[in-house]
Amino acid sequence: MSRYTPKVVTANRLREGDVVYQTADDRWTPHHQEAELIEDEAHAQMRLLHAAAQKLLIVGAYLADAKPGPNGPEPTHFREAFRTRGPSNYNHGKQADLSNV
Amino acid sequence: MYDYTDFDEAFVRSRVAQFTDQVARRLDGSLTEDEFRPLRLMNGLYLQLHAYMLRVAIPYGTINPRQMRQLAYIADTWDKGYGHFTTRQNIQFNWPKLPDVPAILSALADVQMHAIQTSGNTVRNVTADHFAGAAADEIEDPRPYAELLRQWSTDHPEFQFLPRKFKIAITGSPNDRAVTAAHDIGLRMVRNAAGAAGFEVGDGGGLGRTPVIGHLVRDFLAVEDLLPYVEAVLSVYNTLGRRDNKYKARIKITVHETGKAEISRMIEERFAEIRPHFGGADQALLAEIRKAFAQPDLRHGPTEAYEAFYKADPVFRAWADTNLAPHREADHAIVTISIKAHGATPGDATSDQMRLIADLSEKYGYSELRISHEQNVILPHVHKSDLAVIHAALSKAGLGTANVGLLSDIIACPGMDYCALATARSIPVAQEISTHFEALKLEHDIGPLKIKISGCINACGHHHVGHIGILGLDRAGVENYQITLGGDATETAAIGEKTGPGFAYDEIVPAIERILRAYLSLRTHREETFLDTFRRVGMEPFKLALYQTEGEQDAA
Ligand code: SF4
Repeated sequence: MSRYTPKVVTANRLREGDVVYQTADDRWTPHHQEAELIEDEAHAQMRLLHAAAQKLLIVGAYLADAKPGPNGPEPTHFREAFRTRGPSNYNHGKQADLSNV
Repeated sequence: MYDYTDFDEAFVRSRVAQFTDQVARRLDGSLTEDEFRPLRLMNGLYLQLHAYMLRVAIPYGTINPRQMRQLAYIADTWDKGYGHFTTRQNIQFNWPKLPDVPAILSALADVQMHAIQTSGNTVRNVTADHFAGAAADEIEDPRPYAELLRQWSTDHPEFQFLPRKFKIAITGSPNDRAVTAAHDIGLRMVRNAAGAAGFEVGDGGGLGRTPVIGHLVRDFLAVEDLLPYVEAVLSVYNTLGRRDNKYKARIKITVHETGKAEISRMIEERFAEIRPHFGGADQALLAEIRKAFAQPDLRHGPTEAYEAFYKADPVFRAWADTNLAPHREADHAIVTISIKAHGATPGDATSDQMRLIADLSEKYGYSELRISHEQNVILPHVHKSDLAVIHAALSKAGLGTANVGLLSDIIACPGMDYCALATARSIPVAQEISTHFEALKLEHDIGPLKIKISGCINACGHHHVGHIGILGLDRAGVENYQITLGGDATETAAIGEKTGPGFAYDEIVPAIERILRAYLSLRTHREETFLDTFRRVGMEPFKLALYQTEGEQDAA
């Protein structure tokens, strides 16, 4: 029997467009490692519905594959890895914004 | 160039006001995203990987210095100080914030620009030869027709919900620089036996998932029949085109499923039906529009200083050899400003560069500018005696690269660095190819070469028609690059042929080098270009060079 691949709920902020992740305590964080890692399919669907209802905060919520890491969830696919950082041609997006804080 | 009439102005302003209200209602929760999404797309606003993206049309690639400065101002005020010129003669801003978009659209309207119909299933920005109005080989400036088509298609009530997007390209020259063969409608100006100018009409071309070279539906269309004929094509497509399957909705599939003869018959029938309703108002409008495209009053004078400088300065000579094209007037030249410095992002210009280009255009270029689908900027009319000072100014701003038409003049779509649809990155592949061959100092030896890179099957980077095409794919969660050879975007258009299995991200630059080293050893003489050589020897020798030493290639 194949195990459910763990997920995080991710979206973009409505106003800024920045990539964010849903935490277990219902915040939206820019840090992938702070996301809630969801290991159960039914729970994942519930959390996605909960996210999608927050239409004043975020847009385009979906479930992305992730895996546990030493400091919290990590992306498994390169697309999601790029979304944690920003583009590779300029130091723009999160890789720049988050290094300033 | 064309100036907005009161009607155009009022239309664009009212759309800005409408969208301003729609954004406010999205932000206060009165509109859901499902309701808002089609509205923002109608105004060119996409949600991409890391941010929103605003796509602004540069109609048929024509822009004036004041507009260019306004783009620089927008980049500085609401974005990150740069803009990205695309293969559809649009400019994209990669970092706008939703609450700022109404102000950006308003700033665009101030200079007669907008983002309407840069998305959605509508007639998109009509693209044209970027040397239009200046080229030595031109029969007639195609832009008045492009402007006529723009006015007719903008907000056309019948064509706001087509089965899929619809792209029209037009050229006034026999040398096709507008890739007309890869458009839903491709218009190529020709003369008939009586010497009258008209259009050869291609239909059903397109790249993407199913690349098709357009088929000829009319070998001569009189200029007066342009609008009714295009309307007939769209009307037939609007009726027949499939709305049940996004991947089968473009007109190329309609042509394929209906049959060329049958669809041509239907177009002619519809044309005969609607032609009488065009009572000449379109021709009166065209005559008005033509005046707006009158040639600038070119200054004539001696060019000896240019010739002397050309002989004396090798750096200038290299630039002149690659970046200049023949102008209709012998004492003028068309300047292509490369925004492809080695290692830079193809098509990106900083706000400072935009302002410098605007200044040069005003000072030396009769205030004219064009954007090419190859992601460069053109000064269409420059007196040869001004070339040296222009080159010096460009060089200081990182815009003096002598590479137009060469290996590093790469088309690359935004790919997975920005685009939500991408399956792999394309920009860093372009950057690495360009810096790698610059380090080897090989590009001038290799000569004319078109490398085109797309980050997914949608083919915005035109990879199918690149001499070397590169398509980034996702193969089992890893970036993988498929190579095609022998594509051609000109009047001898051809779709490139796949070499075989793709290459991993860190193998793609060495793979391109093997292809080009093979070319250098295969060519009979320096003047035999890569494409000529490929056409003479075929795929086999290149396959050998690519795969012989690669025992453990990904067999994807
Ligand atoms: S080709 Fe694909 S990745 Fe590139 S811009 Fe077009 S849709 Fe995006």
